[in-house]
Amino acid sequence: MTLPPAADRAATGVPAQPVQRLRSRHLLGVADLTPAEVLLILDTAEAMREVGTRTIKKVPALRGKTVVNLFFEPSTRTRTSFEIAEKRLSADTLSVAASSSSVAKGETLVDTARNIEAMAPDMIVLRHQSSGACQMLAGVCSSRIINAGDGMHEHPTQALLDVLTIREHKPALASLKVAIVGDLLHSRVLRSNVALLGMLGADVWVCGPTTMIPPGVSRFGVTATSSVDAAVEGADVVMLLRIQLERMRGHFFPSRREYFRLFGMSAERLARAKPDVIIMHPGPLNRGVEIASDVADGPYSVILEQVSNGVAVRMAVLYLLAGLEEGGA
Amino acid sequence: MAVVMEAALIDRALMRISHEILERNRGLEELALVGIRTRGVPIAQRIAGNLFEIVRHRVPSGTLDITLYRDDLMRHPVGPQPVLRRTEIPFSIDERRILLVDDVLFTGRTIRAALDALVDFGRPLAIQLVVLVDRGHRELPIKADYVGKNLPTSIRESVQVRLAETDGFDEVSIREPASEDRS
Amino acid sequence: MTTTPRGDEQPLLLKGGRMVDPAQGIDGACDLLVRRGVVERVGRDLPAEGAVVIQVPADLVVCPGFVDMHVHLREPGQEHKETIASGAAAAVAGGFTAVACMPNTDPVNDHAGVTEEILRKAAAAGLARVHPIGAVTLGSRGERMTEIGELRAAGCVAVSDDGHPVADALMMRRALEYASMFEMPVVDHCEDPSLKGDGSAHEGYYASALGIRGIPGAAEEIMVARDVTLSELTGGAAHIAHMSTRGSLRAVRQGKERGVRVTCEVTPHHFILTDEALSYDTNYKMNPPLREAADRDAMIAGLVDGTIDVIATDHAPHHADEKAVEFDAAPFGIIGLETAVPLVLDRLLHAGLLPLGRLVELLATNPARILGLPGGSLAPGSPADVTVLAPDATATVAAGEFRSLARNTPFDGWRLRGGVAAVLIAGRTVHANAQVAGAGVFAAAADDSAG
Repeated sequence: MTLPPAADRAATGVPAQPVQRLRSRHLLGVADLTPAEVLLILDTAEAMREVGTRTIKKVPALRGKTVVNLFFEPSTRTRTSFEIAEKRLSADTLSVAASSSSVAKGETLVDTARNIEAMAPDMIVLRHQSSGACQMLAGVCSSRIINAGDGMHEHPTQALLDVLTIREHKPALASLKVAIVGDLLHSRVLRSNVALLGMLGADVWVCGPTTMIPPGVSRFGVTATSSVDAAVEGADVVMLLRIQLERMRGHFFPSRREYFRLFGMSAERLARAKPDVIIMHPGPLNRGVEIASDVADGPYSVILEQVSNGVAVRMAVLYLLAGLEEGGA
Repeated sequence: MAVVMEAALIDRALMRISHEILERNRGLEELALVGIRTRGVPIAQRIAGNLFEIVRHRVPSGTLDITLYRDDLMRHPVGPQPVLRRTEIPFSIDERRILLVDDVLFTGRTIRAALDALVDFGRPLAIQLVVLVDRGHRELPIKADYVGKNLPTSIRESVQVRLAETDGFDEVSIREPASEDRS
Repeated sequence: MTTTPRGDEQPLLLKGGRMVDPAQGIDGACDLLVRRGVVERVGRDLPAEGAVVIQVPADLVVCPGFVDMHVHLREPGQEHKETIASGAAAAVAGGFTAVACMPNTDPVNDHAGVTEEILRKAAAAGLARVHPIGAVTLGSRGERMTEIGELRAAGCVAVSDDGHPVADALMMRRALEYASMFEMPVVDHCEDPSLKGDGSAHEGYYASALGIRGIPGAAEEIMVARDVTLSELTGGAAHIAHMSTRGSLRAVRQGKERGVRVTCEVTPHHFILTDEALSYDTNYKMNPPLREAADRDAMIAGLVDGTIDVIATDHAPHHADEKAVEFDAAPFGIIGLETAVPLVLDRLLHAGLLPLGRLVELLATNPARILGLPGGSLAPGSPADVTVLAPDATATVAAGEFRSLARNTPFDGWRLRGGVAAVLIAGRTVHANAQVAGAGVFAAAADDSAG
């Protein structure tokens, strides 16, 4: 299963023996990583951050490697972040904006991927609207697959960059209260973060309209509530998830006005959190819907740090996967 | 396993190198040390300490991780891949004479990677190479400017440097057969 | 049905073996005499009287031919998935002498021409009997009722818009009323379309964790409750297709207690698998979806207490290419004709949940009764359609060897105890399982009569 049951995850709270490599040749989801692997990625990402501070922001680690960014969903942020990460590592990169209508044209995802594979890329970074698309490609492709977001399933590099950002501000992850507020139901960011924060021992609260709380959420090992005040109370980290306005049509919430009134993160609501709370958002922001502008731009916001950490985390993942010997697990 | 250098010998070698550095370099302001991770770093710091002792001048010292510049990223046999650590060079290397410091000079590939890396940080006046041990078997046209000890070895042997800062004690030893040593 | 009866004059005698025919209250050693494709006599130690004699091995069980009242044969229109001939071959290989095929072909079986074409193809195949189910509404679009009387005359045995529910309550009411004139049940695929939405798996923890949109059990239960109510209102026979949730079971049970003419079926996958088995493997994507353990347990309870009338497969063949896509893009459905009997024997009989007699009711007696078919029993005068079981033969499911054109099953590689030894239709051997010791006597008899 994707998310191990809470009981299993508690067991992973034991301090992990450091590891020097990843076991899997793909990054399909956070749920496949061990705590030690997560720490390896985060530590590597911290070292990668230095590259971004140089005048010449480029190292030759992936010279001669070809990385294809195969994006079936529009994405500026994630695609750009991966492209920068790849370029900083000197990989040859190609971004393919495959429209999801290629299915309508008759070409299947597997065929599209096989066509790209025929050009012998080393890695494929895949963003797809269907949950499980990366697992499927990993089963039929010989390239390494990095999940850049699959449907409502996982967005592992986002969760890793979120945790990297949290760790910079609050090194003792295991004692933190993290409140995740927004559209929980459709969010791959939620699933990856719940798996990752749970693995690292954080006390995770998830909050959203009852229409947007995933069925079976109690087995995610989190506390679910529709009271944003309860979720934010004493929180060290408040992470907001994007509300897609088209969800209004699906009867998930009546209006952006009411959403903001009930769940939007305003300064007074935030006063319930710890004084040194940090505010996160995976972007893009809907100002005045999930977050008030003064909060987004305020002193607690680490939203732009998340973006810079995104490049470092993606460099780390690319580097660690590229370094695995051929024929690895 | 044969011990070829003990703490006193290592100290003496590094002090001799420090004096040689001063002899060969006029203008201390231009000098900076860059230690290659892992054991080049404490050696660079010890040399900085020696220089301060001798001339009461602090030569800045940085840390270089060459992992991202290695030419063997995907060629490793089954062994673990090198863990990337932070590079910290808290000064501009432009217009400086850089003393690049490592523990063992072997094939020269690490130094090649370090030279590539340094060039990405700026344009130094010159780069000079400092090593505690030169064990021979070069695969690239690279030569050290300062050598603590020339140590003839067979290619199968492995040379291990231990330093108090990283290992708890100072010692250089040779072991047979070679395990992985690509310094 | 054109399966040629045995030589007009020479009868066939099945001697020995155990016969299980709940319709006649038979469970024990019993012989069966067949003449001109029809059962002539049933009893102990029948005289041979010049008949071709098949000495049935003692460990085999002679049952009335099994009827799968819910299959998709895909022809006309989607012959790349399955044809009537391949589906009929899969049926006999799986132990079914008759199947009822759903009308969601292309074109939909919503007028007599399609029905007749299906029957013509089935006759040409000469294997399992194929009983078409006509559409309730034209194109199964839920707007205008089909000419049910003509469909009946052409050979349809029931009406259904399967694949879709009869979503409009008034349409369902009228269909129940109208079809009752022809003694035809309305088979309903119970699902509230708005609650189902674009779901692909049972709504619950496992779908949530995989990020798959859910289909709540309530989507089915609302329709089941409605159909029970409408059946009560109209007196028409409603048959609930592929029931999957405990709430549906409760609604049917309560209806039956009030004497409502409602019947229901369950598929093997719904009483064996749960949503815990979900992955992105599209062979676990079917509609209704695999439910949670409490639902699966309820299905077994319903089989045990008699609330559930029928085990049907909802055999839904798809081409491998169609299933080799993203989970949410994959079509619903799995095949079942060639796995149902081994699964039933392994999971119900050998698990000690149901006796063989009850299984024969579920697989033969009841579906024949609900569809008004002449079979379902081996009583004298019945068609000599016989399923011979080998309850202790153990085999591994090998999808690659299926007679069906499709391979979309989650049971590939399962090792199961219990299988089909042979199948006779109108007294003619149409399948003898070479893997079952002793089944050769049926093949030999077939050769005799051929020669």
